[in-house]
Amino acid sequence: MLQPIHVSLASLNLITLSPMLVIIGGALLILIIDLIKKDLHKSLYVMLSVLVLFVDFGATLSLGINERGFFDVMLIDGVSVVSQLLILIASMLFIPLALTSKRFHEFSYPEFFGLFLFMVAGFQFMVASDNLILIFVGLETASLALYTLIAMHNTPGSHEAAIKYFTMGAMAAGFFVMGAAVLYGLTGAVELYDIAKVFQARMSEPGISIPLIGGALLLMVAIGFKVSLMPFHLWTPDVYEGSSAPMAGYMSIVPKLAMMVVAMRILGLYVDMGVEAVRWMIIVLAVVTMTLSNMMALVQEDVKRMLAYSSISHAGFVMAALALDTTKAYTSIFLYYGLFLFTNLGAFTMLWISRRKHPSHHDRYHHPYVKFSGLIHTAPMGAVIMAIFMLSLTGVPPFSLFWGKLYVISATVDAGYIWLAVVMGLNSAIAAYYYLKLIVYMFLKPPVQGVELIGANKSKPLVVIVGIAALFTTLSVFIIQPLLSYLTYMVSVSGY
Amino acid sequence: MENILSVLIFFPLVAAMLGFVVKKDSIRVYGITVAGIEFLLTLWLWFAFDTANGGFQFIEFVPLVSDFGINYYLGVDGISLFIVVMAALMTLVGIVALGENIRDLKNMIITLLFLEVAMIGVFVSLDAIVFYLFWEFSLVPMLYIIGAWGGEKRLYAAVKFFLYTFAGSLIMLVGMLYIAYVYQSVAGVWSFSLTDWYALVLPISVQKWLFWAFFLGFAIKVPMFPFHTWLPYAHGQAPTVGSVILAAVLLKMGTYGFVRFSLPLFPDASVTYILPVAVISIIMIIYTAMVAYAQKDMKQVIAYSSISHMGVIMLGVFAMNPEGITGSVFFMLSHGIVSGALFLLVGVIYDRRHTKMMSEFGGLASVMPKYAVIFGIMLMASVGLPLTMGFVGEYLSLAGFFKVSPILTLLGGFSIILGAVYMLSLYKKSFFGPVTNEENKKLKDLTGRELTALVPLVAIVIWLGIYPKPVLVPIDNSVKALVAFMEQKAQTPEAKKIIHVSRSTKEAK
Repeated sequence: MLQPIHVSLASLNLITLSPMLVIIGGALLILIIDLIKKDLHKSLYVMLSVLVLFVDFGATLSLGINERGFFDVMLIDGVSVVSQLLILIASMLFIPLALTSKRFHEFSYPEFFGLFLFMVAGFQFMVASDNLILIFVGLETASLALYTLIAMHNTPGSHEAAIKYFTMGAMAAGFFVMGAAVLYGLTGAVELYDIAKVFQARMSEPGISIPLIGGALLLMVAIGFKVSLMPFHLWTPDVYEGSSAPMAGYMSIVPKLAMMVVAMRILGLYVDMGVEAVRWMIIVLAVVTMTLSNMMALVQEDVKRMLAYSSISHAGFVMAALALDTTKAYTSIFLYYGLFLFTNLGAFTMLWISRRKHPSHHDRYHHPYVKFSGLIHTAPMGAVIMAIFMLSLTGVPPFSLFWGKLYVISATVDAGYIWLAVVMGLNSAIAAYYYLKLIVYMFLKPPVQGVELIGANKSKPLVVIVGIAALFTTLSVFIIQPLLSYLTYMVSVSGY
Repeated sequence: MENILSVLIFFPLVAAMLGFVVKKDSIRVYGITVAGIEFLLTLWLWFAFDTANGGFQFIEFVPLVSDFGINYYLGVDGISLFIVVMAALMTLVGIVALGENIRDLKNMIITLLFLEVAMIGVFVSLDAIVFYLFWEFSLVPMLYIIGAWGGEKRLYAAVKFFLYTFAGSLIMLVGMLYIAYVYQSVAGVWSFSLTDWYALVLPISVQKWLFWAFFLGFAIKVPMFPFHTWLPYAHGQAPTVGSVILAAVLLKMGTYGFVRFSLPLFPDASVTYILPVAVISIIMIIYTAMVAYAQKDMKQVIAYSSISHMGVIMLGVFAMNPEGITGSVFFMLSHGIVSGALFLLVGVIYDRRHTKMMSEFGGLASVMPKYAVIFGIMLMASVGLPLTMGFVGEYLSLAGFFKVSPILTLLGGFSIILGAVYMLSLYKKSFFGPVTNEENKKLKDLTGRELTALVPLVAIVIWLGIYPKPVLVPIDNSVKALVAFMEQKAQTPEAKKIIHVSRSTKEAK
């Protein structure tokens, strides 16, 4: 006969779930409101979502550090708090971008906002656990919601993008499960700290290294897909092209950051145990990713595709830090994404502002370079702000991403990988070309006669978001110090 | 005013931002006034500067990212003081000389003010990251100046200029981060302050690769052979004021970087690599001088001559003794003023005729006598005629290097001979002989505005050619302190032998 299990409520430590509970509650609330009263304006849902995210932000901020909860599957360490905060900031900046002056119908469905909040909850679960099963559940919740959100853009391109992302994503999820299964088979545990313990004990066994590294390889494919490392990046440009600009910007930050944290937990375990093969696997992937995607970005005609390749390259850049296994390197990942978030979302929002219903300068692309010709004459402020974003992405000081690059390269130098630091430096120089290309179009070429209108989709909320991003990008030098000391503290208390 | 260096940096910055509000038709006066005030402030700095003190003065220190050792750390010594004054002067002259028919004058003036911020910032920063910040930021306004107001191939030239310098400086950044790391592992705290780094004695093997990392960053800027190919394009395409600032100030960032970073941080490696650097410099001197002679375009002649003279500056820097370094710093100033003035003069004729080809001219001396006189003086200064400013620097640089290697100095001396060849042939083709081209007969001589820009430069060239002491003494004090410091810090006996403070002046008495 089965014995009844006694679980005290206190031992569950439900407070660790509070951020997710808030956001899931919020999502359900939105769906309920829609049930009661139809035809409410999207602005209501946007503001409700922002408020829910805001409460979630507060709940995350108030979490105690280094706590476990809910049968020990939830892990609230510094890393999970920091990454949740970054995810929430990006989401809060993203949601107001629905308030455009042109009508895009996906935003008129409350389901969009419900799904969006569920997706954020999924990402939060991903980063707040070291249980492979919960990570997988979070990953799938987030991904399935994201596929739907992309498809809701409802252009032929977006359908293609969603299907492409879905099929490739399903394959990656398969790899994740296989990798997790290998780890489970080897250790009999799904919790990373248990896995680490068993690994430590079995490290000396002959022949263990093949399944050990094989498991890492399978997981690496799944991670590589989500973070879009070469050669698993093939979906990225097409999916970005097919989705709306803010969605593409969001995808270039949040899913990647969430997966980066998972990679930190899983691959960090390997690197920490001194499995050199995995370390080199990460380094090789990072170098290949940043170099090749830079080359690909050089030949793009469309700014959004260029930014897609550029975000692949940035991911490779950050990925290199993962192989270093120092507190500084892990801190640099968050610093980089914290700064990248504002700049990149700002750049994609600028594309969103210039969006029209139908491509105006090219048969296929919505944002070819030529569309931005002579922007300085038609919209000087817009051109200056876009140039600031581009210079920041290039890594020109004093704009924000320079400090991120500086810190990542510095972490690389400290760990003794000077050649890698040089490769990173040269890649930044190559990348300068395609960012400059846009600046050259905006500032140094004459406008195309007849179709110079650029702010077709402009509205106050979009301008506010761009303004926040631009301010942050320009004045970042003053917040680097507090940000850095906070991040260093949070990462080091987590034991990284 | 203890914080005058911050004022020097932020005054043009604020002025540039406020400049957006000023009406288009008043912007010229605004630009001249702002640049004038900035120049007066640098003069104030000069007079408040204690010339007997060779160390850093007017130090400001504000932590920016204290966990990572980045500080807003400024200071000026005899080496940087006059380059700052020269940068402000050349910006003022450049703005005064801006032609009447230039497009988008407002954008140009605002861009120049932003550029001035970066230029002053580079020369007064004592924190490597702040230095790097201004160093990189200076690329952006220059990119815009070349790209927006340049000639036909301006986009190519502008992007090439940006990418070349950017790539080099990123390698330098890796070097900087490595030094900071070494400092952290020795001292326990992060620091990017130059004065902290000076105290660091690096192992020779480390010095060697760091030397090349920094070399790449600086050499591209100088520009040293074989990295010089961006410069003729940049000069060829840039508008007059762009060329003036580029030649006068931006190139000096490279040589200044060698004096400020490479020599004191890596004294042993610098001594080890005297020969390769000297060979590259001499190739630069002779090869680009020959290329200059082959040019048909006046501006290209001056562009190549400018590269050739930068070779002499490099020789002076790598003489590693006070004569050579003092001479090269002085030569930086004279090169700035002289080549800046020559670019202005070419701009004058280009404004009138819209061509820079020497074959289009001839006999200009009879049509434009004032122009010919000023051009002649500047040309002589460029060649290095005694009693002009050009002579002092060139002589001292070469004299300094003579102690290192007489034979290489002899080759370096070709700079003067070849300089005379291409400059005099330019002068002969354009200014002497009969006026062959009908269009040249109606040319107007220099206007009041152009004279206002050029006459002060002529005065300075002659004044400092005859009596360079007021400038030379403060430079020399700081350079002596630098060399004494390097001598103390050098580890290898070869380095100790090469680097020494000359005592001959005392012995002669």
